[in-house]
Amino acid sequence: MLEARDLSVSRGGVPVLTGVSFKLTTQTAMILRGPNGSGKTTLLRTLAGLQPASSGDVIVEPDTLAYAAHSDGIKATLTVTENLTFWAQTFGHDDIGAALTAFDLLALRDRAASALSAGQKRRLGLARMVVTRRPVWLLDEPTVSLDTRAVATFAHAVRAHLARGGAVLIATHIDLGFEGETLDLAPLKARPGELLGFDEAFS
Amino acid sequence: MRALFWRDIMLALRAGGGFGLGLAFFLIVVTLVPLALGPNPELLSRVAAGILWLGALLACLLSLDRIFALDWEDGTLELLATSPVPLEGLVGIKALAHWITTGVPLVCVAPVLGGLLNLPASGYLWLVAGLFVGTPALSMIGAFGAALTVGLKRGSLLLSLLVLPLYVPTLIFGAEVARRGAAGLDVQTPLLLLTGITLGTLACLPFAAAAVLRVNLR
Repeated sequence: MLEARDLSVSRGGVPVLTGVSFKLTTQTAMILRGPNGSGKTTLLRTLAGLQPASSGDVIVEPDTLAYAAHSDGIKATLTVTENLTFWAQTFGHDDIGAALTAFDLLALRDRAASALSAGQKRRLGLARMVVTRRPVWLLDEPTVSLDTRAVATFAHAVRAHLARGGAVLIATHIDLGFEGETLDLAPLKARPGELLGFDEAFS
Repeated sequence: MRALFWRDIMLALRAGGGFGLGLAFFLIVVTLVPLALGPNPELLSRVAAGILWLGALLACLLSLDRIFALDWEDGTLELLATSPVPLEGLVGIKALAHWITTGVPLVCVAPVLGGLLNLPASGYLWLVAGLFVGTPALSMIGAFGAALTVGLKRGSLLLSLLVLPLYVPTLIFGAEVARRGAAGLDVQTPLLLLTGITLGTLACLPFAAAAVLRVNLR
């Protein structure tokens, strides 16, 4: 469903990873491992199409990827339902019931997002993945600020997604308790060579 | 895209959304002018059209950095870029929502403030018509500027510096429509030029802004 061939990615013009190759097939979860700064986020952003790869190919059917970043894209002044409905409509439908149930958000449905705790916000952000109805999930440290119970809920939702024929690529540091391949990024680290065509906007 | 439009309108109307901020600013600026220039009806009626246009332009500028900055800060922009909504459409929708929450209220109160500045009776229609045709360009150019400066810390001052020069053509022809209207002259030429500028920006800038956003999101 998602394949990377000899992919090299860079961040701010500095090469981060080279020679990343993997194949994510249906009903599999792949865990990205690597210490901080090893390029997990950069790799996920490249796969999601937010930044170009410096070389190599990402092979994926169009409109199959759903990406969850560090920040959840939640509007504080909207309620949980309004936030999720917005994302559902962006992806062309307005059924959010399954997402609310999967992430245990039914009781918080009408609460403004500004009144949610960090963990509850995260759950809302992850519930967005369900409403995208896309088969391949790219998750960037999804369990940050989740308690053990919420992690279990999340693992359950991922398993349900896999059972529906989906696939998941997760960058994480903790053991989520489901079997899957592991892609360790540490050996793929690029040598900090010369700057490659630095053309980033100043920031 | 419709969902995005209604969400933007809803966010603007909710607490802290900034709806009415531009409007209040417009009211205050225009009220200050007679205080600064003195109670001379003739002088005021001569400068009224220009002041109203300048006030509308500054009021519009005030809320520009909200167009993309808020969505950037909470990560929504990045997630929207990976959603089925094309970035060009996103820019267009956001400019439209900005126009409806900022430009349209300005157009609506301008006649009231015209009275405050002793605008000649013949000028009201053309003042409103000019603002109605010209303010969409202000929102669209502003959305482009906001896309350029998104992600910059305290980019709103830079945004003003970038956008104000681009507002010059709209200001010139918009104020000319109002001035000629007030003097009872033919307004066709400046009104057509003003319309042309607006249509031109609406046609080109969504693509430019989307390209800029793609670079800024890297």
